[in-house]
Amino acid sequence: MDIVESFAGRPEAETQTRAGIYHYDAYDREFLRDRVEEFRDQTARRIAGALTEDEFKPLRLMNGLYLQLHAYMLRCAVPYGVLSSDQLRKLAHIARVYDRGFGHFTTRQNLQFNWIKLEEAPDALAALAEADLHAIQTSGNCVRNVTTDEYAGAAADEIVDPRVYAEILRQWSTLHPEFSFLPRKFKIAITGAAVDRAAIQLHDIGLVARLGPSGEPGFEVWVGGGLGRVPILAYKIRDWLPEPEFLGYMEAILRVYNALGGRTNIHKARVKILVRDVGHARFTEMVEQEFELIPKAKFRLDPAVVEAIRAHFAPPHFATLPHAAATLAGQVARHADFADWVRQNTHPHKQPGYISAVVSLKPIGGVPGDATADQMDAVADLADRYSFDEVRVSHVQNLVLPHVRQDDLFDLWRALAPLGLATPNIGTISDIIACPGLDYCSLANARAIPVAQAIAERFRSLERQYDIGTIFVNISGCINACGHHHIGHIGLLGVDKKGEEFYQITLGGSATNDAALGEIVGPAVPYDDVVDAVETVIQTYLSVRDGREKFIDTYRRVGVDPFKEALYAAA
Amino acid sequence: MQAKVKAVGASQALVVTASRLRDGRVVWLADGGAWTEQPRSARVFVGTAIDAGLAEATGAEQAQLIVDAYAVAVTPDADGPWPLSVRERIRAGGPSILAGIAA
Repeated sequence: MDIVESFAGRPEAETQTRAGIYHYDAYDREFLRDRVEEFRDQTARRIAGALTEDEFKPLRLMNGLYLQLHAYMLRCAVPYGVLSSDQLRKLAHIARVYDRGFGHFTTRQNLQFNWIKLEEAPDALAALAEADLHAIQTSGNCVRNVTTDEYAGAAADEIVDPRVYAEILRQWSTLHPEFSFLPRKFKIAITGAAVDRAAIQLHDIGLVARLGPSGEPGFEVWVGGGLGRVPILAYKIRDWLPEPEFLGYMEAILRVYNALGGRTNIHKARVKILVRDVGHARFTEMVEQEFELIPKAKFRLDPAVVEAIRAHFAPPHFATLPHAAATLAGQVARHADFADWVRQNTHPHKQPGYISAVVSLKPIGGVPGDATADQMDAVADLADRYSFDEVRVSHVQNLVLPHVRQDDLFDLWRALAPLGLATPNIGTISDIIACPGLDYCSLANARAIPVAQAIAERFRSLERQYDIGTIFVNISGCINACGHHHIGHIGLLGVDKKGEEFYQITLGGSATNDAALGEIVGPAVPYDDVVDAVETVIQTYLSVRDGREKFIDTYRRVGVDPFKEALYAAA
Repeated sequence: MQAKVKAVGASQALVVTASRLRDGRVVWLADGGAWTEQPRSARVFVGTAIDAGLAEATGAEQAQLIVDAYAVAVTPDADGPWPLSVRERIRAGGPSILAGIAA
């Protein structure tokens, strides 16, 4: 949909009642209701036999409904990971009524329900629509949910608020007639902070929002990154893209990909393969040529449109506070457990006296990224009380309350603890990214969740976790890499060997400014040995690290050999 | 119809599995053409006799009862058939994280 045309003649968005959430207008809501009723009719015709499975499958996938190992799975879009507390309550309601009382937050900042019944799926979608949510474009060869920094609009190191442009991309790409049947799925990430927390180099398009010499917003544009079967880091195609040309340039990249991307082999269809095959220089040349041909006026971002969207993300009504709450230091000094949580689970805020709090969905023994309906309701209530009704989903599969007063932090922590949501482990070895794996996913070759649980159990001692320090462990149950194993400091990839589960180990990956793809250490290890293998990697690191050197820095200094020797010398 | 057992040995025990159309639950072809959620109650076919089971599944697909039917190799022990591969054992027993099964 042309974003400029789509805004023309539409009623004003309803009066903003909460900060930081893009509010649908009557046009959006009518569209969603129509879409739900369309799917209700399609589902009824499928059950009655008027549609075959081959005819119905693409229709249900366009509405985010997959058929997985045990049931249908509904993947709900959480646009750029931003939720209002009411939206989170609605997700809790769906979990309770249409699923088994829980949901799974994903690395695309979405939420998946694992136990949906086909005959109830239209009702679940109708419930989603009541909260301005949907599952459109969470599947299929289209532009998927745009992801961004979970601290967007809050982070102290933020330069440009990426939510504004993520929302512009959402509106531009939703039902875009030219890009609904791309060669393959297409993923965009955007960051506006000094530190990349959106893994932009691992995306089909990665965007870094910056300010120009006169304070005007613009973008670095990266293209051709991706994980999966052929992991490739993106390359920078543009050092500077002025804001007005933002959508025109996106259009040009997508047009080149749509015209020239592979359509005969699913494994060679992502834009990264096209970029690799034609080369960076040629791909850049083609995009720039296409961009020159695009009618600039049609795609130029109208400043009034940008400002209208920006208004949805205006800062909440922060109190005027000192930089550091006087009470916080005393509470930290008196409560060691609280001090651990503050150190691990908070992030500096741009507003004096405020802080962002991370709600860990990685309790020892829990399923990474899972939350029960009761937990979702509780977090929604806490967001109302402490964070201007806002909740974020991180691509690391945790939740964030973005705007918490520092002098409320102790009360928030005390409220989270009995809910099992105050594990002080963000950035530690138990803060593991794991896809659903073979426990749920029909594509998987091996389980990911029980491996994550076993690793967390092995390293359950917080003292030990803190001694090991910052480390990212990522687990994927198959080569599609939903657990982003390539970019874990320690990556585990589940593979099938004659019907049994094995795990390939990679080391040295990174998802941030120093993005890197992990290096395969050696032969895959069987399921029963994988936790011991991780233990061996950690012991090796501890034996060779220099002082408090982080795992990734040690790995880069000493290379793979000490780890390889420790893992395979006895074999 | 998928045939996931690549080479059916003459003595290989097999069952037919699918997903139930209305709710996606895992089902197994039992005696009398019934579809059960109990893998231990699945009807066992030996070797190429599985073709008869797959033909029954085709009929069930056309009757909008099931989708994605295929054959699964099993071990026919005293309690009834149980899949050989990890994937099918998890389908039969449910997510290992919930049921606590040894897959």
